[in-house]
Amino acid sequence: MSLFRDLLRHPSGRIGLIIVLVFLLAAIAGKAGLSPFDPLAQDRLARLQAPSASHLFGTDMFGRDVLSRLMVGVAQSFIVSFFSVAVATLAGTVLGLTAAWYGGLWDGIVMRLMDVLLAFPAILLALLIIAIMGPSGWTSILAIAIVYTPIFTRVVRGPALSLKRRDFVDAARSFGSSRRYIMSRHLALNLVAPLTVQITLALAWALITEAGLSFLGLGTQPPQASLGLMLADARNLMEMAPWLLLVPAVALSFAVLGFNLLGDALRDLLDPKTRRALA
Amino acid sequence: MSSLLSVRDLKVGFGPRPESNEVVHGVSFDLAPGETLAIVGESGSGKSVTSMAVNRLIDFGGGRITSGSTAFTRADGSTIDLARAEERQLEGIRGREIGMIFQEPMTSLNPVLSIGTQIEEVFRIQFAMSGAEAKTAAREALERVRIPDAARRLTYAPHQLSGGMLQRVMIAIALASNPRLLIADEPTTALDVTIQAQIMGLLSEMKRETGTGMIFITHDIGLVAGFADRVMVMQQGEVVEQGMLDAVLDNPQHDYTKHLLNAVPHFSDGRSVRHDMQRDEGSRKVLEVEDLTVRFPVRAGLLKRQTGNVHAVEGVGFDLMQGETLGIVGESGSGKSTTARAILDLVRPTKGRIRAEGLAGAVSDKPVQMVFQNPNASLNPRLTVKQLLAEPLIAVRRRIDAEAVSRMEMLLDRVGLPADSLARYPHEFSGGQRQRLCIARALMLNPSILVLDEAVSALDVSVQAKVLDLLIDLQNEFGLAYLFVTHDMAVVERIAHRIAVVYAGQIVEIGPTSEVLANPRHDYTRQLIKAVPSLDRRHSDYGIDLTEIPSLVRPMGWEPDAPRYESAGEGHLVRAGA
Amino acid sequence: MPYPLKRLLAFPLVMFGVSVFVFIAIRLVPGDAITAMLGTESGLLTPAQREALTAYFGLDQNIFVQFWRWLSGVVQGDFGISTTYGQPVLRVIFDHFSLTLELAVLSMLLSLVIGLPAGIYAATHKDRPGDLAVRVVAMLGQSTPGFVVGLLLIFSLSVFFGVLPQMGSFVPFWQDPLGNLSQMILPALTLGTAFAAAVIRVSRSAMLDILSEDYVRTARSKGLSRRRVIWRHALPNALIPLVTLSGVEFGYLLGGAVLVEQIFALPGLGRVVLDAIQQRDYALVQGTILFIAFNFMVVNLLVDLAYAALDPRIRFETK
Repeated sequence: MSLFRDLLRHPSGRIGLIIVLVFLLAAIAGKAGLSPFDPLAQDRLARLQAPSASHLFGTDMFGRDVLSRLMVGVAQSFIVSFFSVAVATLAGTVLGLTAAWYGGLWDGIVMRLMDVLLAFPAILLALLIIAIMGPSGWTSILAIAIVYTPIFTRVVRGPALSLKRRDFVDAARSFGSSRRYIMSRHLALNLVAPLTVQITLALAWALITEAGLSFLGLGTQPPQASLGLMLADARNLMEMAPWLLLVPAVALSFAVLGFNLLGDALRDLLDPKTRRALA
Repeated sequence: MSSLLSVRDLKVGFGPRPESNEVVHGVSFDLAPGETLAIVGESGSGKSVTSMAVNRLIDFGGGRITSGSTAFTRADGSTIDLARAEERQLEGIRGREIGMIFQEPMTSLNPVLSIGTQIEEVFRIQFAMSGAEAKTAAREALERVRIPDAARRLTYAPHQLSGGMLQRVMIAIALASNPRLLIADEPTTALDVTIQAQIMGLLSEMKRETGTGMIFITHDIGLVAGFADRVMVMQQGEVVEQGMLDAVLDNPQHDYTKHLLNAVPHFSDGRSVRHDMQRDEGSRKVLEVEDLTVRFPVRAGLLKRQTGNVHAVEGVGFDLMQGETLGIVGESGSGKSTTARAILDLVRPTKGRIRAEGLAGAVSDKPVQMVFQNPNASLNPRLTVKQLLAEPLIAVRRRIDAEAVSRMEMLLDRVGLPADSLARYPHEFSGGQRQRLCIARALMLNPSILVLDEAVSALDVSVQAKVLDLLIDLQNEFGLAYLFVTHDMAVVERIAHRIAVVYAGQIVEIGPTSEVLANPRHDYTRQLIKAVPSLDRRHSDYGIDLTEIPSLVRPMGWEPDAPRYESAGEGHLVRAGA
Repeated sequence: MPYPLKRLLAFPLVMFGVSVFVFIAIRLVPGDAITAMLGTESGLLTPAQREALTAYFGLDQNIFVQFWRWLSGVVQGDFGISTTYGQPVLRVIFDHFSLTLELAVLSMLLSLVIGLPAGIYAATHKDRPGDLAVRVVAMLGQSTPGFVVGLLLIFSLSVFFGVLPQMGSFVPFWQDPLGNLSQMILPALTLGTAFAAAVIRVSRSAMLDILSEDYVRTARSKGLSRRRVIWRHALPNALIPLVTLSGVEFGYLLGGAVLVEQIFALPGLGRVVLDAIQQRDYALVQGTILFIAFNFMVVNLLVDLAYAALDPRIRFETK
């Protein structure tokens, strides 16, 4: 894994990787029930307690442990982000690759369809989908996936079009290689780099979008924990219990920061243009 | 002798610690006013870095002069050490006393500003001219470089002009202030040979007219044979030899200079051609092309209706024998690459017949294989050598078994690559090695014909020579026929048995290499040969001929007359009436 | 065909696609179309009323006829009646859009005014402390979601200054410019943070790319000063990607307004969308989203035209 080694050597890559890993571990621990408290357990005697040794990040208005809720909240945010980006990547890659390769009518249909989706501001498109399907974690996944599909389609189609004109594709055609072989070998393989970068950055956006939807009450529904919900709950208590605001705010920003740093580092390492500049 | 520029022990390094990353190791030379010095070297020789260190443009490219001096005599007679000058002083010297032109005219002008704005700027900045005055000066500058219709051209954006035109604009900018020194960094390398001749002619005329001193950087020692007063040869950041042009060309001292003069292909009017293959009764025809025509539709309007065709290739016909090389020579836009691609079925011919045969007695699924110009681009960077070599086999559904692997190893050995190459990736090889890899790949299916599309053009000149030798060896060993597409007359002279000269999509002359090159019959062939730089043409000037290539776009339904050819000797045909 | 003209011609086509999309989307709402149109109030209808309404709205006709009737209504400005506001949808939109537009424009201006100089500064001081600082700020700005910025702004104001931004009511600009601006500045900052960060990053990297271009070398070889090279030669080229970014980001600003208006309790169109969704006021959802998409597309069309004005290559090229 030379990419992994390169990442550890890259200053922002290292920081990003550490942040993402810490959050990933916290999320897994939260999902595995390893949080210090039951994230749903209410304790009327311990409401709105400031951070202390027993409740590291304090408790909320129902006496629930904020750290524990943060862990499952992060897990929830990550799950929604990962699934939505995975769906968008898959759909976008298939659409973008076939559009670039076959061109003509199919390309026209796909790209006009993407134009239509892109004509909506991202959050509004998500809201429209949620309005139709009713708010839930699964709807969020679908909504975010639909929002990002056109972006991935473009990310794939652009480079695929230029790859298609590259000499090595001509060389393959001169041997008589099949379309499927050229698509899987020459196009897809060379799209891994731009896709990796885009996936990482999309994860950052997806975290933000998921949190925003939950914040509006249109994403993850209570009593489930999510970062956006925790922030929404903190709104009216921020003066009385600032930790309720600060803990999820910092956690969310850091998680996003981690993916952004990682994405930037990957771009530096995978993009041949910057690669040359670094060498 | 008063000196214009005197460089002493110049050292240039790059990066945060330039001392430890030095690329020019102590260069010294002198330039008298009005004198032309040619700096000759291959990539990595430090020739461009040296030239850009003179006007200190190197500062902006991450480089730094670590020691040495560059004493420049200014117009007022004072001398300044440019190596230590302040940026503010340098701004008054650049563009006013030192002009510069670069290799890539297409990218050297700002795409969003008009030509006029970019020329006027010199007059505004350096001579504090304003408005109409600067505009007039810019128009005169354009007229000086022989750009017709200058007033209108001033309003053009760079992308509306051809490469040759843009290079003339660059010359206009560089000479706008009648500088005492002009630095030309490979100004013709990106251009076609006839355009190159135009630019060289223009530069010599300008030199005479303005008496400017010149530093001319090039990789082609033949190019400066008729141009420079003195030559300085560089290799890996060191000057290996310098002296008067005649002395260096006639009596080279250093091995590397000898190598550049002798081992590297130089054009010699058809005197150094191959004689290892003669067509006779027993010759076996492996490729026959008849009336090959490729037209690309031109669409316009809202509904993208087809309004005409680009007649890229029109009625091209030739044949090719086993063991023979046919050189297809032409400039960009001549249709030579399209011809090659049509034979490989990479573009669909509009009409015509292509018949290819495999080697006698050999099993060959695809008798024609191709090697492309740029080895970096034609090898997928994410595949190993083994995967790359397997590709032609997979395409014809052969298994990658022990036999296939042993063929890979045999071919790698044959093209001179180490046996452990199979597990490596393309970026671990040099440019020349990558092209060898491409050749090995093209031979995997045991073809009878290799189409080589500018196959050595992207390589350094001394690497070119080695790859050409390899190709000749392989041809003799496997009995291959080559279709060698190139713009480079020196290269084609060395490798082709026969030559077809293409112009505007049609063959204008075809015949044995020595005949066509020594005894050209068609006007275009003559013009082309006259434009080729060669060591022999010392002190003979390039004339200025400003003809442009005709448009290949024709209206719908336009059909050219069938080409007529006249015989000009055995196997030597010349297109008549055109 | 010139590029701008091509975009102009594509505009109605995409707009039509958007309408189809919104029309179908609302038809996909669980339950029947009367529910979709009347929202929660449809529960109060008697079967007879329901039938009458169905006939009145032409819902018994086939889907194409329905779409055609709906679309011709939309084209004439008839987006239906909002059940929550009891007013025509278009009226509701116009009542609230000016605030959202002002918010978007203001945050765009703020971002450009802050981001562009910062990006150019960073590019021309590459790898020096100033560049590093700008990059860290941009990275943090990019990573902090807008609504978190808003919450933190409100929080710091109340903790450190003991004041709360004026919320709830809205003073239009033409009534009290200063009051309006003092009310809008925080929301605009909130909304603009991510965009400013993006402007910094794009202008920095574009500038860096351009400064290593051949034509910049040419400009220097002409003896131009550093300033002139940057402002006259590099900047016009750097503006091209920035214009693209601005077009895309304008959509994010319109969308982000939903959250910001929620946090600062501003009665803008974003709030209307959100309320409409929560109240299941489908005519309003449909109308507002279509309206915002339309505006976003107009902005992008303008961006394409600006593009052509900036870059002669696009002006003349067919592709």
